Amino acid sequence: MALADAQSKAGSWHGIVQQTLKNNDVKLVPYVPDKVFTPLIASLHADGYFTTFPTAREEEAVGVLAGAWMAGTRGAMLMQTSGFGTIPNALASLAVPYQIPLIMFVSERGTLGEFNLGQALVCRTMRPVLDALAIESHTITRLDELAFTVDRSIKQAVATQAPVAFILSPLLTGGKVFEA
Amino acid sequence: MSRTQPITSHDNAKVMNRFALTQRLVAQLTHDEAVVAGIGNTNFDLWAAGRRPQNFYMLGSMGLAIPIALGVALAQPKRHVVALEGDGSLLMQLGCLTTIAMLAPRNLTIVLMDNGIYQITGSQPTPAATAADYVAIAHGAGVVRSAWAADEEDFDRLAREALAEGGPTLIAARIDRSPAVATTERDPVQIRERFMRGLGVRAG
Repeated sequence: MALADAQSKAGSWHGIVQQTLKNNDVKLVPYVPDKVFTPLIASLHADGYFTTFPTAREEEAVGVLAGAWMAGTRGAMLMQTSGFGTIPNALASLAVPYQIPLIMFVSERGTLGEFNLGQALVCRTMRPVLDALAIESHTITRLDELAFTVDRSIKQAVATQAPVAFILSPLLTGGKVFEA
Repeated sequence: MSRTQPITSHDNAKVMNRFALTQRLVAQLTHDEAVVAGIGNTNFDLWAAGRRPQNFYMLGSMGLAIPIALGVALAQPKRHVVALEGDGSLLMQLGCLTTIAMLAPRNLTIVLMDNGIYQITGSQPTPAATAADYVAIAHGAGVVRSAWAADEEDFDRLAREALAEGGPTLIAARIDRSPAVATTERDPVQIRERFMRGLGVRAG
């Protein structure tokens, strides 16, 4: 990779997420893919520090991370908004009551230019579910706040044994746009 | 397990008793193996089979015993991990078999207790009860070391080979409709803390 490319990647949202996970010993990263997360997923696969793999459903990733954390390995999961819509039961009956510091990254679909009504509607369920379960969440819109927010919140999740969700806004990632 | 194709089928496997099989399984766990048990009777009978600090009991999250066990297996590759799951629960999360086949953790064994019913909700038949075969499903998902236990002795043999030779392995057992013999204490934080101490992650 040319130096300019490496510098540009390091300063990108996905480069910052990758480095912040490393800084916090977060090694295991299951995901259900999202178009917006493509560069992050590719970088994690290319980096031997991480064990990263797809799961068939988002719930499965919640289970894997709960088991791994209880056995001494930190992880984080990647999903899109509609994927979050499939996990409230796993949050309410596993992560929250067992006090598991489940670290979630959600690529926010359904807002700021969404072209799919299904995504727009499921997006509206996400924050009410997080609030109902009293799960800390941060919507991240600015590159200059990303490292601080993720780093401090991972530390808080581990210290307080509580889940945390990072909602990565299209303002940060560029989102997914309809290509006619 | 020397064979890769099942000889015993769902149709000719002996119908056994879940608590008796759970006791036989636990009797083989001599190296602090972790056991993750799904909701309902599977974990009630594990609880009844003895208080091991390496046991984890789910209280909800139906279908996630196998993914939780996978997480433990990935985090502690030197410890063998057993997922003890019911048939209805596996149906909730069949896709996890493909994840396990892809990652192929050698230290993971799945024990499936199949009575064809949702016993705890009133014994309604599962949609798989009449036509599906879980070992065939596991094979199709890529978990090639999968077999029905023909009887109790065969179950012991399959478990012994899975623990000794490495997997991933799925052992399916047909079981009767006997209720669980006890009920697990429902304190999730205590369950987790005890499990983490049992796995050497927490001191004390």
